[in-house]
Amino acid sequence: MRRIAVLLGFAAAGALFLTTAATGGGQAPAAAGGSQPCPEPCRGTAAVRPEPAATADLRVEVPPPPFSDGIFPCTSCHNKDMPANRTRRQLSDMHTDIELKHDAEHRWCLDCHDADQRDQLHLASGEPVPFEESYRLCGQCHGEKYRDWRAGVHGRRVGQWNGAKRYLLCVHCHSPHQPHFKPMAPTAAPLRPQRIR
Amino acid sequence: MSSVGLFTRFVIGSGRVVSRGGRMYWTWIALLLVLIASGITAYTGQITVGLGVTAMRDQVSWGFYIGNFTFLVGVAAAAVVLVIPAYVYDWEPIREIVIFGELLAVSAITMCLLFVTVDVGRPDRLWHMMPPFGHINFPRSILAWDMVVLNLYFAVNFIVVTHILFRAFTGRHYQKKLVVPLVLLSIPMAIGIHTVTAFLYNGLAARPYWNSSILAPQFLASAFCSGPAILLFVLQLLRRVTTFRIRDEAIWKIAELMAYAMFVNLFLHGAEAFKEYYSNTEHLLYTRYWFQGIDGHHTLVPFAWSAVSLNALALVLFIVPRTRTNWVTLNIGCFATYAGCYIEKGMGLIIPGLTPDTLGEIYEYYPTVTELRVAAGVFAVGFLVFTLMLKVAVPIVLGELTLRRMTSTVDSDAPELPAPAAAH
Amino acid sequence: MANEHDARDTAVSRRQFASVAAAAAAGFLLTACGPRRLHEIPPDRLRKAIGDWEREYKEKYGRDVRVSDVGPMPGVLFAYALDLSRCNGNRRCVEACVAENNQSREPQVQWIRVLSMNKDKGIDFSDADPYYAPAEVPEPGRFYVPTACQHCRNPPCTKVCPTGATWTEKDGIVVIDYDWCIGCRCCMAACPYGARHFNWTAPKLPAEQVNTSMHYLGNRPRPRGVVEKCTWCIQRTRAGRYPACVEVCPTGARKFGNMLDPDSEIRYILENKRVLLLKEELNTMPKFFYFYGT
Repeated sequence: MRRIAVLLGFAAAGALFLTTAATGGGQAPAAAGGSQPCPEPCRGTAAVRPEPAATADLRVEVPPPPFSDGIFPCTSCHNKDMPANRTRRQLSDMHTDIELKHDAEHRWCLDCHDADQRDQLHLASGEPVPFEESYRLCGQCHGEKYRDWRAGVHGRRVGQWNGAKRYLLCVHCHSPHQPHFKPMAPTAAPLRPQRIR
Repeated sequence: MSSVGLFTRFVIGSGRVVSRGGRMYWTWIALLLVLIASGITAYTGQITVGLGVTAMRDQVSWGFYIGNFTFLVGVAAAAVVLVIPAYVYDWEPIREIVIFGELLAVSAITMCLLFVTVDVGRPDRLWHMMPPFGHINFPRSILAWDMVVLNLYFAVNFIVVTHILFRAFTGRHYQKKLVVPLVLLSIPMAIGIHTVTAFLYNGLAARPYWNSSILAPQFLASAFCSGPAILLFVLQLLRRVTTFRIRDEAIWKIAELMAYAMFVNLFLHGAEAFKEYYSNTEHLLYTRYWFQGIDGHHTLVPFAWSAVSLNALALVLFIVPRTRTNWVTLNIGCFATYAGCYIEKGMGLIIPGLTPDTLGEIYEYYPTVTELRVAAGVFAVGFLVFTLMLKVAVPIVLGELTLRRMTSTVDSDAPELPAPAAAH
Repeated sequence: MANEHDARDTAVSRRQFASVAAAAAAGFLLTACGPRRLHEIPPDRLRKAIGDWEREYKEKYGRDVRVSDVGPMPGVLFAYALDLSRCNGNRRCVEACVAENNQSREPQVQWIRVLSMNKDKGIDFSDADPYYAPAEVPEPGRFYVPTACQHCRNPPCTKVCPTGATWTEKDGIVVIDYDWCIGCRCCMAACPYGARHFNWTAPKLPAEQVNTSMHYLGNRPRPRGVVEKCTWCIQRTRAGRYPACVEVCPTGARKFGNMLDPDSEIRYILENKRVLLLKEELNTMPKFFYFYGT
């Protein structure tokens, strides 16, 4: 009789505990293959953000380009008194401080800078683009980066997650002549845990 | 006389008994009081400065206090090693001494609750866990479960021993209708408190060392050897300093049960070690830190191997009948069991579970002097509670401390009471 | 005899009834007027509590403080994304977080921990180093994984809290009630990402460095003995702004937004990039997604 009572006691405790295990568990793991969250409406991984229509305004509001002091406008020197020299060469008179490390084997200055309208850049088609829209130029070769940048996924943005956001130009982080993101000094490492003295 | 009056006599009688003792008794009490005072001073420092005076940090956020708590929950659960033979199998030799197991359970739970109190960052807010003013996250939080079952187990044991002793004091037999159900309840509760404490660790997926199904059975196995080890010391001591008769068979049977528990304990540890070393996944790191050290971090390795050796020695000494029944080897075995389980449950469970931490960092934890002092103080409180309860219980059970004896010298018109019956 | 017995019994039971009634009344009063969890505090009590905090912080730091009580916006479930091909381990995020969220300067508390890992081994926590201090980052052969609270959808930390001091808000932010936490550190044991931090001693925060724009569940100065962690800058995000770490990151590795908004950059990342979760097998379902932007 007592042994039955003890066994019943165990059984009751066990049942109580299993109910806790069930309630304490929380959500079951997602089935294989569907492990990413996909809140409704779900478009899956095949969906790609639609490109803006050709007639839509492609301009993105950005802060002014980071010109070096006094370098702009280019036409203050490059005017009718200085005819364009389209020969591909190493510059020796001016702009010797610029060392091109941006596909230098195949590209040189006038592949991006416009020889006829010096205060602008130009696309591969020859269409001039202002410095404020230099992203269109970069986007010709760096298409994925450009698409990501437009979506706000590449590069730093500040502002409101549910409102106005401020973009930066590509050149605000990547020097157009040496675009590789420069190494920086990290801030101090965390302190190691210490026993109290 | 009303029950309140009787109980007052009981308290007064108990008070008189604890204030009388020989030199050994008072030396022991003095030692405990010194440790308690040292613990209180150390704890005051901890309360003013914060838990930063311990060696715990974000990387190892639980340490010595919680290790001791875990070990003592096991000791409290071990009362069941006596209760089952006594009440379920009606085995007379243990029936006579089962009350000491229950007293040990009460003292152990007192220490458990104290260790939790000294470990929390805001002990002034512990009431936050108690409804109706607080809020208890029951049943999802296992720590909430632990608090509920520990307090319930404490209450059950406390009610049973107080009732039995009070009744014996007034010369009456205890009420079977009250005691037997509570005692039978205490059996699944004893299993329950230690299972819940094991689940506290077991349920944490973030700690692979703990997140193993073997934890609850292993906790119980090590509890059933470590708790009775203390009891065996105490029983031998009682035989020496009081006229209480404890049969040899009772002691040897307890030692035999401890042997089986130790075997299961070592087997389960072996099973854990096999799984870690043979599967050889990244989770092996924690076991390796315990047994071998990692990258020059070796603090726990001597503890690991001491625990294994002590446990193995205890198993051998208790399994072999000749060494089990020899008083010298029996006591060596008891010490080895207690020390081995203490190390393996205390430091050997908590620290390797948290080292390396979740982000792979190794911070070597070992307790500071403050932690040792506070822990010693808590142990001293527990031992003091146990000593005082024994000081009262033994004379009552022997029939030396009764109401009749108290009142026969005080007033002659005391109500007639039936002759004192046996304690059980 | 019997009547005497009855009368005495009745007298006792009347006394018992009176004491039980008194206890119940006291209990009701204390429950109604006593301290409450911020989880279920009624709005008027919350406003009073905010007034108390603003006064307390002004007295302590000598500056005017504003504690916001803005609740979650409907239709918003926040998520975070981190571009592993962009993080270079510069730790500006750690600095900005400390300043924005009033973390203790001594002892040092940092909610973000940047781990330097070996490119040959990939994401391997046993080989992670948070203490890297080279002259320049990124170091050759290393990549960087910043970690903080992942704001899981199946959080192991809120499950284990015995007092219910930590919970997930409707907009997905996992928060802590600093005045209810008892400091048991169960949540710290339960968190697989080392995201929770404890105030082992009283936090020290210089008055001139206090960020006075606070939220009651966010960057209020914490007391000793409680747990704290990243709240996705609840004081900023509930006002529509990006968390401080997102805005300060010089490489643009950090992205944040509303997972329920199909036009958010978060959804773009989830739909178009290779996304991974840390310790995914633990089924915590973090809302912090790591991805390779390249």
